[in-house]
Amino acid sequence: MTEPNRAGSLRVVVDLNRCQGYAQCCYAAPEQFALRGHEILFYDPMPPAEKRAEVVRAVQACPVRAISVDVEGLDPRAAF
Amino acid sequence: MSDDTLFAEVTDQANRANPYPLYHRLREKPVSRQRDGTYVVSSHAAIRSLMFDPRLSSEDLPPSQRPPTGNPFKDWIVNPIKNHIVNTHRPLIFRDPPDHDTLRGIVMEQFTIPRVRGVHRGVEDIVGELIDRLRDRDELCLVENFSYPLPVMVICRLLGVPEEDEQQFQEWASQLATALEPDARGDDETRQATAAAFDAIADYMSGLIREKRRHPADDMLSGLANPERGRPAMGDADLIATSVLLLVAGHETTVNLITNGMLTLLRHPDELERLRRDPERAPRLIEELLRYEPPVHFRTRKALDDIAVAGTVIPKDAPIVLLFAAGSRDPARFANPDRFDPDREDNQHFGFGGGLHYCLGAPLARIETEIALVALSRRLKAPRLLADPPPYRTGASLRGPEKLRIGIGGIA
Amino acid sequence: MSAAEAGIFVVGASLAGLRGAEALRRQGYAGPLTLVGDEPHLPYDRPPLSKHVLSGELDADGTALPHLVALDAQWRLGSKAVGLDRVAKRLRLASGDELAYDRLLIATGAQARPWPATDGPLPSGIHTLRGRDDAAALRSALAVGPNRVLIIGGGLIGCEAASSCRDLGLPVTVADPNPTPLARVLGSSIGAVITERMQAAGVDFRAGTQVEGFEADAAGRVCKARFAKGGEIETNLVIVALGATRDTAWLEAAGLMADETGLACDGACRALDARGRPAPGIYAAGDVARTPIPLYGGRSLAFEHWGNATAQAGHAARNMLAAEDDQREYHHLPSFWSSQFGVNIKCVGLAEGADTVAVVQGSRAAHRFLAVYGREGRTIAAVSFDEARWLPAYAERIEAGAAFPPILGATDQSIKDTGPPGFPEPRSR
Repeated sequence: MTEPNRAGSLRVVVDLNRCQGYAQCCYAAPEQFALRGHEILFYDPMPPAEKRAEVVRAVQACPVRAISVDVEGLDPRAAF
Repeated sequence: MSDDTLFAEVTDQANRANPYPLYHRLREKPVSRQRDGTYVVSSHAAIRSLMFDPRLSSEDLPPSQRPPTGNPFKDWIVNPIKNHIVNTHRPLIFRDPPDHDTLRGIVMEQFTIPRVRGVHRGVEDIVGELIDRLRDRDELCLVENFSYPLPVMVICRLLGVPEEDEQQFQEWASQLATALEPDARGDDETRQATAAAFDAIADYMSGLIREKRRHPADDMLSGLANPERGRPAMGDADLIATSVLLLVAGHETTVNLITNGMLTLLRHPDELERLRRDPERAPRLIEELLRYEPPVHFRTRKALDDIAVAGTVIPKDAPIVLLFAAGSRDPARFANPDRFDPDREDNQHFGFGGGLHYCLGAPLARIETEIALVALSRRLKAPRLLADPPPYRTGASLRGPEKLRIGIGGIA
Repeated sequence: MSAAEAGIFVVGASLAGLRGAEALRRQGYAGPLTLVGDEPHLPYDRPPLSKHVLSGELDADGTALPHLVALDAQWRLGSKAVGLDRVAKRLRLASGDELAYDRLLIATGAQARPWPATDGPLPSGIHTLRGRDDAAALRSALAVGPNRVLIIGGGLIGCEAASSCRDLGLPVTVADPNPTPLARVLGSSIGAVITERMQAAGVDFRAGTQVEGFEADAAGRVCKARFAKGGEIETNLVIVALGATRDTAWLEAAGLMADETGLACDGACRALDARGRPAPGIYAAGDVARTPIPLYGGRSLAFEHWGNATAQAGHAARNMLAAEDDQREYHHLPSFWSSQFGVNIKCVGLAEGADTVAVVQGSRAAHRFLAVYGREGRTIAAVSFDEARWLPAYAERIEAGAAFPPILGATDQSIKDTGPPGFPEPRSR
């Protein structure tokens, strides 16, 4: 079975029920997270792996811990 | 010591080094009425609940009061006008919506992501320079030699304050920080000293704002002083109040965060060593610091209506203390709350407050603290505390060591 | 193979399935774990599909969900479950394979409600939007530049799709039988704000309008749609956004209480058999699961909500591993978000059935406000349009069953705008 998963991408999801628009992720990883309008968060669910440090900063900086990223050390393709 | 005087114990200087046992006692009653009528809120759940409650007001400062001068013109005309201006143009941490939102929105337009992230190189340079100066020494005071000068240099550059004025700024900031301490507010002498410092800094800021209008540069003050046509803008009184706030808040709290951080790492040498070997631990370590030894322990509010929370009704107009540092150590929310554990999951601390007054400068504080702690962990050789606990400054809310003497075996 | 070795099967490999499987591992389940999914893809996130995927900002294959735990699971993707034999404890797949299971977590979700069957085949150019392949197909069709997009249904998906189409600069008509968009979810009093946003964005919103049928051109492609009340509209791309039906057809012969409204469960998320008793070892979570909601008088409801999928999957997983006498009841405050036409909409509670709605902060005119819904003097829901910061305070009051309106004397508050919420009559089916 093949999965058109882009090799080397991280996987990220934000719980937008929790998100309060504090925008801390936007400062931590501005290429991956952006606030639009008053409080719409737009983010890249599959950022390149080399952005891991920034994405982790965003995860940590979120005051409501709404951001999840693949468990560390897990190769996204290893799920198969 | 009875329950309704516990908060007085918290503000007592004698308990500054370790207020946490008091917090645990206070938390036994999550919303505890003190003898003076203040309601102290100390559980994570109750603080969280109130943080989002629109019936809490931040407009709780007593009126500004300038000392009598004996000059009738000043005492009857000038100072009442000044007092009035100050009272009606409080900085945004003492304002409610909608004014708060307008002011904060204007500031945020200048606190841009590129501008904030742009300080990175500058912070690294300053940090490197401050550590270089410690060459040939076997002892340092972290506050004096490092934590104190760093944030003021950073905030001055971001705001656009000329380098030669940074020293003067440090002194004003120190005085004004006491105004943020609720226990100092009732004291006439402090209020008068604060008003004097405010007048001095306000005069300086008006001059600087005029300068930024004549010669705009790429800094926050220039942006605030020269709003784009059609965009919301603030008047000069708000502009002065705002820039003073940015200076004081951007400074004092970061001093404490860095100092508390190094103190905590020196008390947990294994964590210091782990950080030294793996700087990528810094982000989670900083969040745990914000939980474990936060730079701001509490903030005050006022109830606009009767508010039922955690089994207690806080009556309308009652003063409220949101004891963030206690909520962040609530065992009902955090396992082993008194353990410093950077690997903690779901660390929803109150280190930067929360809700609409969430610390505006948080991203800047994180950048400064990360660069500072990583550099200190890598460059100080065999660091050790020379006095533990260290002496503390007077603030119970903006709490941090006055001095932090560290012995070193040189620098790398 | 003995039953003990078969282990737990999670049927459905989307958000609820993934988070359920992870919860099982996190809570110490170390036995064999298999995830069965009808789509060939690893679990992906759906909310961006109707937003950033349609607008072209994200690729349809670019929303894979992170794995929060090392699962160590068998994946049977691209394998649709077609039957369940509870007695033999076997799961039948479309491929004909039969798999023995020990315990089952059913998270098969829902499907887009298709255009009702008509005589003959439908013209081409008529889309539904549910999965990532749907979004990819729709995205390609939009990229070609249709002369007009007709969206049938002004619910959440219809509105979000309309917003994305306008971002692309495409002419859009939204036809809805109700007076406003989102009328079923939020009532037409609040829905009127969406009408204004739509109009400002250049959407042609047709209230009280039902589409009766389509006309095709010589190539068999849709070129016109006819309205039930007369008249027609030229369109060569139609999005049917009529909600979803729960994916329970495969359970038809399983002797469980299941239909297109969901698989009925008890409060502990255990699937109920035809006699209404919990079926041993079978749990359900996510869009497919209909569970009694204590907060709303025990009404049995299935939610198509992201937050419910994660919370319920975690809860079901917990109960699956717990003893018979330690089955905990699922308590959940429904909540959802949507972003459309530049506004962030967040809702907590169930607004449907309210008799009053009051704007308590901000104003409808400013399109930035917080409104609360009351029913018989009790607060049952709150919705925010770009005012999410206060929402947690109201969520707490809803969970506590507070009187309506729940918070008075607040900063920046004035309750001048209050009245009936304007919910349409329940659908007759």
